[in-house]
Amino acid sequence: MNTASYIFGIVAAALTLVTVIELLRRRRLRERHIVWWLIFGLLVLVIAVFPSVLVWLAALVGIAIPINLVFFVSIIALFLVSLQQSAEATRLENKTRVLAEDVALLELRVRRLEERLERERSE
Amino acid sequence: MSTPYADTLIVMPALNEEEALPAIIREVQEKLPGIAVLVVDDGSVDRTAAVARREGALVLQLPFNLGVGGAMRAGFRFALANGFRNVVQVDADGQHDPADLPALLAELETADLVLGARFAGVGTYRVRGPRHWAMVVLSGVLSRLAKTTLTDTTSGFRASGRRAVELFARHYPAEYLGDTVESLVIAARAGCVIRQVPVAMRQRTAGTPSHNPFKSAIYLGRAGLALTISLLRPRVVISDEAVPL
Repeated sequence: MNTASYIFGIVAAALTLVTVIELLRRRRLRERHIVWWLIFGLLVLVIAVFPSVLVWLAALVGIAIPINLVFFVSIIALFLVSLQQSAEATRLENKTRVLAEDVALLELRVRRLEERLERERSE
Repeated sequence: MSTPYADTLIVMPALNEEEALPAIIREVQEKLPGIAVLVVDDGSVDRTAAVARREGALVLQLPFNLGVGGAMRAGFRFALANGFRNVVQVDADGQHDPADLPALLAELETADLVLGARFAGVGTYRVRGPRHWAMVVLSGVLSRLAKTTLTDTTSGFRASGRRAVELFARHYPAEYLGDTVESLVIAARAGCVIRQVPVAMRQRTAGTPSHNPFKSAIYLGRAGLALTISLLRPRVVISDEAVPL
């Protein structure tokens, strides 16, 4: 690894982390959605600064080529995050469904009240 | 409130049914005078809601399409909020004969959920191929679960009594096939008494049923998946004290 790629790694990791924190700061993301992105962003930054950590971790779990550990962990991370988003979409769908039912029920109630009012007025 | 149907609500989920709807509403009013009809307009783009109102039905207009399950849940919630004891689901396309309704309601005296079954000897409705196999498997599993013989588990013609209405107002599933398969699983596991009554099915007054074998095979797979998932879900219990929605 030369100096250029070392700096590139650190800059990329730092940029990712800054983006995540900035979105959180502007309330564009809720903290429970961002926890995983923060954890993985920090992890990437640590590895970018101390590449030896990656080599040590890979050896620890018996992976011969350290970069494969990066790919493996990245895929797992993306899988978990997309799973979390599917769950979130389901939750939101259920909420909108209840709201849609409520709107329809209220609309019918208002309509019947208006009709009754009209009848009473005309009597 | 002097008719025998004062505490019964007919719920018709309707999606773009402006053509068939007037005839079936009129037929219901003719054969069952005084019964309340609630049309749940499930996000139609035609004049379904307006047509139903013109015929004197109550109309719940959903702002977007929720599927039959979502439409029925809204219907059950309406029934519960307005003091109806029984809910009878009738298709808006006219394939169910309102004249069979008294038989369903009579059976409801001793049951919580009564299905109008299409294959129990009456009428001429037949299916073949994967769709048939799906129905056989579903009938087998659900019959065992409900401890009674159910031959037509995907029938949309069904009557729910007080306990089932309370259960379904909270837990009616909105997923694909949830309105037929999963709702039966939920009811059976919650301890509802389920029965079936043979009914004749009529040709749809508008639209045609699908007999594409490829679509039928997909149906078989989705039905199996829906059944499996519904069996994996935690059981729902009916609480006897009324909890406000």
